[in-house]
Amino acid sequence: MDYFLELFLGGLTRGSIYALIALGYTMVYGIIELINFAHGEIYMIGAFTALIVISVLTLMGMNGIAMLVIAGVVAVMYSSAYGYTVEKIAYKPLRNAPRLSALISAIGMSLFLQNYVLLAQTSDFLPFPNLIPDFEFMEPYAHIIGSTEIVILITTAIVMILLTILIKFTRIGKAMRATSQDKTMAMLVGINVNRVISVTFIVGSATAAIGGVLIASHVGMINFYVGFIAGIKAFVAAVLGGIGSVPGAVLGSFVLGWTESFATGYVSSDYEDVFAFLFLVLILIFRPAGILGRSEKNKV
Amino acid sequence: MIKFDEIKRAVLVSIWFMFLTFPIMVIRVNPVEHIVEWRWKNMVLVGIGSFLLSFVWNYLMKRKELGSKEAEAGEETIKISLFHRALNEKKIYLPALVIFGIFTISFPFIFSMYQTTIMVTALIYVMLGLGLNIVVGLAGLLDLGYVAFYAVGAYSYALLNYHFGLSFWIALPIGGALGAIFGILLGFPVLRLRGDYLAIVTLGFGEIIRIILENWNEFSFGPSGIANIPRPPLFGMDLSVHGSTTYIYYIMIVLCVFTIFVVNRLQDSRIGRAWIALREDEIACQAMGIDKARTKLTAFSLGATWAGMAGVMFAAKTTFVNPASFTLWESIIVLCIVVLGGMGSIIGVIAGALVLVLTPEYLRAFSEYRMLAFGTLLVVMMIFRPGGIIPNVRRTYKFESVKNADKS
Repeated sequence: MDYFLELFLGGLTRGSIYALIALGYTMVYGIIELINFAHGEIYMIGAFTALIVISVLTLMGMNGIAMLVIAGVVAVMYSSAYGYTVEKIAYKPLRNAPRLSALISAIGMSLFLQNYVLLAQTSDFLPFPNLIPDFEFMEPYAHIIGSTEIVILITTAIVMILLTILIKFTRIGKAMRATSQDKTMAMLVGINVNRVISVTFIVGSATAAIGGVLIASHVGMINFYVGFIAGIKAFVAAVLGGIGSVPGAVLGSFVLGWTESFATGYVSSDYEDVFAFLFLVLILIFRPAGILGRSEKNKV
Repeated sequence: MIKFDEIKRAVLVSIWFMFLTFPIMVIRVNPVEHIVEWRWKNMVLVGIGSFLLSFVWNYLMKRKELGSKEAEAGEETIKISLFHRALNEKKIYLPALVIFGIFTISFPFIFSMYQTTIMVTALIYVMLGLGLNIVVGLAGLLDLGYVAFYAVGAYSYALLNYHFGLSFWIALPIGGALGAIFGILLGFPVLRLRGDYLAIVTLGFGEIIRIILENWNEFSFGPSGIANIPRPPLFGMDLSVHGSTTYIYYIMIVLCVFTIFVVNRLQDSRIGRAWIALREDEIACQAMGIDKARTKLTAFSLGATWAGMAGVMFAAKTTFVNPASFTLWESIIVLCIVVLGGMGSIIGVIAGALVLVLTPEYLRAFSEYRMLAFGTLLVVMMIFRPGGIIPNVRRTYKFESVKNADKS
């Protein structure tokens, strides 16, 4: 039973991380119907920025949780700035172009950002310090779940709640929902669609950066390529839940996290990704629009 | 004349980029030895660079807007590029074809073996590009796992040769057939899926194949791969390395010509038109009595056939296969070839393959920066020339005026 619980919580942690990244995919897709391939790179840049800030602050003699908070804030700021800039350069000029063009542009941007970090920094794996302290009250449960995992779960929950509030109850959230339903109509009722899209990219990048800092301190090392792999996984999660739907992305991430966790725990760790993809194929055969996706009716 | 507003804008852009690139470009950390290096020079470079690039960007954007406005106003009468006009003029294209043919045939004698090897790689990509062109360009199905079929082809030759000693010429059609079977295997579950779902499932399929090859040691020898695959024999003779490179080059040329011929014929055939109809509008296409499932499956399997054969060629050329050659990036490169060259356009795909494969080879001096340049190229191409290098011209009826008809 303990083993089951450990796997369950491990899957939950994994799922939360995927959810933080998948949210960016699904929000962007919901609004401009684009697979933002560069999203994984935004996440990686967030983690790198945090590492750089931590290293500089360590030299200045800081340590502990305060440093992590500062690094996190800077990472979120920079990731958002990158997300905003990427949208302005690579996607905005292609707003009315065929969807495949925008996708290729996104792939190009992903390649560019990866190599930009590779050239400006290094191709080696860099160790990422784990700054989350061990909580004393967690001692009795340490064999099931570590304190890093607890921090990840709590942070994810807070981010989800904030995001739901943002989308459901604020003016800009209303504008986002309107834009995702019908862009032209939103423009007609006086919504600045370009601004809404920018805000979407900024919010998505910010959550990705939070995910980046958390997973980097969980795994303990980063390099320029981590974003791509995590991005693909998160994208699978978003599609699994029904891309374009925010609760779907969260659900899909947890389902993916559990699938991987149980499959590696009970079957074999070599085929972790195979299970994830096979599960995706199975779900899509029976529900072609994802678990929570609306199946669109085509009108002739 | 450059206005004050533009200069102000450019200054703002350069400040923004200096801010944006500050942590990654200026600071380099080494967390192991706790060293932090400050590179202020880079910041100045970024500032100046983005200041200048902002002018170029603005100029290009203005030109692009001007172009689309003209098109809207209908002023742009069907502008067929110089290239396509040349293609329709027999006097020009026949001699060009002959010169090109002579050049391709004499290529291994003019250039060194190194150049020939690079050219063979490029030709393999031409084949892959033309195969994917059927799936993406004609049928409009976004396939991100195309490399899986390439892997199937390469491993089928490697394994058949290892276990049963089958020669290259038998393995080539078997590789193609296996590719087609895997294409149908992938095609069945994804029949109902739309655009992006299709993309992710095919991507997953590609990854599954690669991971299985990596982990199933008894079957595929794992990450270490299979070595000592024989090169294609010429009437039982064992050729030197140089000779066999030349020989592979000619096989590749023949295969490419064959591919071009088949794809060209397919494009205008009944099934080719069905693909194009499917790409344009699925519902209307079904209403016209086209079997959607069959059409999609033929697209997948025919596209995969070429990948399978290209895979056999790849195994024969490198004499070594391992799963690392079949990553997702390979699929993306092939997709870029198709899109960059011009979707649906055969000459475009060939040009795209040659540009994308040869440029990095010859720019090895800047090898560190080539992937960076590659990424930039993709973005810039999509924004300023979305149709590709040589866009496809759709078959249209031309009504010649009565006067011309009378004269002729």
